[in-house]
Amino acid sequence: MIRAEGLVKTFGDFTAVDGIDVEVRPGEAFGFLGPNGAGKSSTMRMIGCVSPPSAGTLEILGMDARTQGAQIRARLGVVPQKDTLDEELTVEENIWVYGRYFGLSRRLVRERAEELLDFAQLTGRAKSVVEPLSGGMKRRLTIARALVNSPSVLLLDEPTTGLDPQARHVLWDRLFRLKREGVTLVLTTHYMDEAEQLCDRLVVMDQGRVVAEGSPRSLIEQHSTREVLELRFDVADHQPVAEKVHGVAERVEVLPDRLLLYTADGESAQAEVTRRGLDPLSALVRRSTLEDVFLHLTGRTLVD
Amino acid sequence: MAAQVTAPVGARDGRTAKVPVLGPWSSVTGHWLVKYRRMWAGTAVSSFLAPLMYLAGMGLGLGALLDQGVGGVPYVTFIAPGLLAATALQTGAGETTFSVMGSIKWNPIYQGMLATPLGPRDVVTGHLVFVAIRVLVVSVVFFAVAAALGAVPSWWGVLAVPVAALGGVAFAACCYAYSATLSSDKGLVLVMRFVVMPMMLFSGTFFPVEQLPGYLQPVAWATPLWHAVEASRALTLGVATTPVVAGHVAYLLLWLVVGWWLSGRVLRRRMVV
Amino acid sequence: MTDGRVGAGRAGMLVERNYRSSRRTWPVIVSGFFEPVFFLFAMGVGIGTLVGDVELADGTAVPYVVFVAPALLAASAMNGAVFDSTINVFFKLKYARLYDSVLATPLGPRDVAVAEIGWALLRGVVYSTAFLLVAALAGAVTSPWALLAVPAATLIGWAFASLGMAATTYMRTWADFDYVNLAILPMFLFSATFFPLQTYPPALQGVVQATPLYHGVAMVRELMLGRVGPGLLVHVAVLAALGVLGTWWTARRIEGLLLR
Repeated sequence: MIRAEGLVKTFGDFTAVDGIDVEVRPGEAFGFLGPNGAGKSSTMRMIGCVSPPSAGTLEILGMDARTQGAQIRARLGVVPQKDTLDEELTVEENIWVYGRYFGLSRRLVRERAEELLDFAQLTGRAKSVVEPLSGGMKRRLTIARALVNSPSVLLLDEPTTGLDPQARHVLWDRLFRLKREGVTLVLTTHYMDEAEQLCDRLVVMDQGRVVAEGSPRSLIEQHSTREVLELRFDVADHQPVAEKVHGVAERVEVLPDRLLLYTADGESAQAEVTRRGLDPLSALVRRSTLEDVFLHLTGRTLVD
Repeated sequence: MAAQVTAPVGARDGRTAKVPVLGPWSSVTGHWLVKYRRMWAGTAVSSFLAPLMYLAGMGLGLGALLDQGVGGVPYVTFIAPGLLAATALQTGAGETTFSVMGSIKWNPIYQGMLATPLGPRDVVTGHLVFVAIRVLVVSVVFFAVAAALGAVPSWWGVLAVPVAALGGVAFAACCYAYSATLSSDKGLVLVMRFVVMPMMLFSGTFFPVEQLPGYLQPVAWATPLWHAVEASRALTLGVATTPVVAGHVAYLLLWLVVGWWLSGRVLRRRMVV
Repeated sequence: MTDGRVGAGRAGMLVERNYRSSRRTWPVIVSGFFEPVFFLFAMGVGIGTLVGDVELADGTAVPYVVFVAPALLAASAMNGAVFDSTINVFFKLKYARLYDSVLATPLGPRDVAVAEIGWALLRGVVYSTAFLLVAALAGAVTSPWALLAVPAATLIGWAFASLGMAATTYMRTWADFDYVNLAILPMFLFSATFFPLQTYPPALQGVVQATPLYHGVAMVRELMLGRVGPGLLVHVAVLAALGVLGTWWTARRIEGLLLR
């Protein structure tokens, strides 16, 4: 569906995307995971054919992104990071007008709008103007709008950033449905739980490069331990404490407010910490996540 | 520590807050002045060059077609006080339309102000004092240019500056009350086109209101601009009498007080709920 | 086959969008018609009475309102076009981010430029037709050639809308619009709009004739007074050249701004 080789995007002296190779297969949900500024959005804009690649090749649906932008865009659905809904129009008009940009007939656009509003659970708000809608509703409308041309690929840039937990789950549910219907999803996120929930495969990006690639499960297996012990102490600096737990776990990461101990068995690590006479304010054993993978690969956290 | 108990603000670090000498509203005026400092260059165009061009274009250019002037006065001398008052009014309206609605809706500045010890009255007063300063500066500059062009025959004309500025603030106060009720900029465009613009054209600025059809003359008399123009013109031409000027000024003060009172009320209803 | 990166030839769809959204702001749109009418009234009853007749270049005298009505039509075509293509477009570009979503579809930057300029012109046609009717009722229309004043005003609108939109792509804040006024106002006052060219000192007459609005005013005035000659073609050529330049420039700028 999408094939990038040595893809580069520069803005003047600044290199946003630094030679990435990516392949997205039909029907899968593919994710770009990384912190803000990793180059995810620039990559998405190139795939959306609104930003010409600076170097490398980018092929989408068998067409060249550089020269066949309009034909490619005709078969894409785009959900940008910030909603770009038309606040001067009503909910249903947003879908009608957007569909017309794709050259769909008025009749077809109206039929599609009815289905899509149902899909987005917005039928009751069809005649309402956009402005008073909640963040979750606006997001669902943006997705519904992006589907008006029955796209083969749906691009979602940070689909749930800024939404409350309940709205996120509603949105994820809608995206699962699309996936079951065979729509290829390409999304960026800096939430590891979102990546784990939605993505079949993902690449981890950092500073414009791909640092790892695989399924969420395989990435965790490859780059982290089974469990993590999180310790919080009543100290301003956790670095000195880290030395005292040396050897308790395979690997120790020091964060400003806590220590992360990577180990296959969190319970026994915690017992060892107590045996050494340390008294943390809190201790928590949990499973490894993509956050830990990222921390291991880059030495930095995803959400700052 | 007893000192901290009486300190209303900044109590955590032991520093006490000073209430501004003039009253809490003066910090609001300060806010608008700081903002204005960053954009004065652009407004210099609309509030100084624009009236100057009108004075040159209408007064001198169109005046060339009017051999006898108006009522024995050269046309440029006739419209100079009219443009002075009209500029003050337009500046006042400009500062109390988009910025008031915007401060409520687009960039919720008022919400921030009202989260402090400031009340709606302080917000209104502070804003209007800023408008008064703006309008006064514009009037002084315009007057200086008009005088340099020889369009001010009498020394009494200096008094036209505060009169014109008063007209500007008086209208601004009412404009404020109106803008604070709006929830979209549609209403602002309409007030500009149906109130401000016709007022500029038909309140004796460019020609005596006696030339209007009889039924429209009372409408012109009711506008604040007509009073500001009449008083300013009487002063610059040196034909003013105290009771006449006092009458016009009193009418403008009435607009100012009513507008100020209404604005505070509207803002309280809108923001403090 | 057109270049897919620039436009899909579907500008009409964006015009349709503007029409839809305008249905909710119709009072504002209707109000745009009144501004030139207020001016015409002020000139007719107010200044016209003071001025009396105006002598034209060929020595004939016409009432002031007959002299000034064509200029008001031309000037309001300019003002309307500039308003639509600067403030409205700036809002859509920077705040509503309308074009970001438009460019995610097959539409390209040229479609955006053509649509927005075209929309400004559509409104202009309605305004100038309405104004012409009012001017006729006020006795300011003296020749059947005046009917051509509507397309002429549309041409003026095209020149100014396209230049205005190109300028808008350079704007950073609302305060920058004061500079638009700085360009528009002197033209409004000094393009032989309110008093004839002969009134200016000879040295300034050349400057006046160099402004785009002068050509607009002269063109509409020649038509409405029925004094049609080959000189008309010069005015048409100047304004059309500006329109082409502005449209091309706008499309290029939109591409540079949004497709980087």
